[in-house]
Amino acid sequence: MGFAYDFDWGVLWRQPYGMWLLEGLWLTIKIGFLAWIIALSFGIFIGTLRVTPWRWLRFIATAYTEVFRNIPFLVQLFFWYYAGPMVFGQHLGRQINQIMGLNYYVAIFALGLYTASRVAEHMRAGFASISRDQYQAVLSTGMTQYQMYRYVIIPYALRIITPPLTTEFLTIFKNSSIAMTIGVAEITFMSYRIDAETFHGLEATTGAMFIYLILGLTVVRIMGIIEAKFKIPGMIGRE
Amino acid sequence: MFNAVARNIYFLLGGFGVTLQLTICALVGGIALGALVGLGRISRNKWIYHPITLYVNFLRNMPLILVIFWFYFVMPIIAGRPLNPFLSAVISFIIFEATYFGEIFRAGYQSISKDLTSAAYSTGLTYSQTARHILIPIAFRRMLPSLITQSIVTFQDTSLAFVIGLQEFVRRTSIVDNLEVRSIQLFGFVAIVFFIFCFTGSKISRYFEEKGRKLGMI
Repeated sequence: MGFAYDFDWGVLWRQPYGMWLLEGLWLTIKIGFLAWIIALSFGIFIGTLRVTPWRWLRFIATAYTEVFRNIPFLVQLFFWYYAGPMVFGQHLGRQINQIMGLNYYVAIFALGLYTASRVAEHMRAGFASISRDQYQAVLSTGMTQYQMYRYVIIPYALRIITPPLTTEFLTIFKNSSIAMTIGVAEITFMSYRIDAETFHGLEATTGAMFIYLILGLTVVRIMGIIEAKFKIPGMIGRE
Repeated sequence: MFNAVARNIYFLLGGFGVTLQLTICALVGGIALGALVGLGRISRNKWIYHPITLYVNFLRNMPLILVIFWFYFVMPIIAGRPLNPFLSAVISFIIFEATYFGEIFRAGYQSISKDLTSAAYSTGLTYSQTARHILIPIAFRRMLPSLITQSIVTFQDTSLAFVIGLQEFVRRTSIVDNLEVRSIQLFGFVAIVFFIFCFTGSKISRYFEEKGRKLGMI
């Protein structure tokens, strides 16, 4: 056996490598949160369009969700990063390519749009679980269509779909790792970079796995508190 | 419009072939292992249940890309020699996707009520006949839409083998793009190909779901 591997777990806290992983974690958290803001607001918007009475709006919203769900996120990311600036023509495209930290912004934008399509699907399921009577009851109080969605239906649906949104929020941190392919220095990128410098990729990726685990458990904790606060009494039978 | 794609079409389609091979290996292995994982998740033996549950919950919290890297680093140590990226990718996909398929199988197994089994026994069927003619077909019909959906996800996931240098569809496209600098049409082409396959798959899944609902099975 020519491959006697010398484990060196010290690489996880020796400087600068330990710091790299923490810097990566900070970037992962930032990308996750910012993309989540886009995903939630845009997802709610698209999800609502899918149940409006106007056929064309429904079609656009359905097309959006189908397109973004049926193309791998990696391909979407590459498209936005490499092809995106070219859409604006050669001159403007070159200027866009010179923006500092472009890959970071593209990652947030792409992840936001991708997750928005998934949020929209959950929204649709949430709307579907509200009975027709509810809509009619709201309209009979004299509210307009806009007021009905804004004050009753959307808040109601959001409270119903809090549990799947929690899963989606966890997924956004996992998916942010794909941003490493365009050179965003988040955790996965950092663990790979440690491998490039020390050849101890196994220890670095194992360390990164435990960081993701702690991050995930923390998010579940926080979302558990939020879910308990927002659940509709007697509506969702959660264990 | 698609001249850069046309110039490199054989190279690109070769990459798509690798993607398909990877998907098939990942699906066959992932579904087979997933069926066992699902059994482990409903096991009453705590020595089976707890380790399997830990495995499932741990991997479901991990980004796939990190899992691919991890196996890429760990496989040479286990095997004692460097593995080619394809084999390393297949192993990581099987082990990763089995956790997702396992949860589908668990739900499928649990959807069969005790009464159904008792009813089958009362007609005089033996255990293996009950399993073959009643339980497996019903569980399979119920799981089919989710299995198809997860297969589409697996198909999309294989693009991540990009990161260990495997020359699959996306990797080859970015190689061509480095030479041709025609990002819009090249990545547009990849997006369209993936979309056609995945969209068709999701329609098939929805068809079986509707059919199951009409029969009152789901």
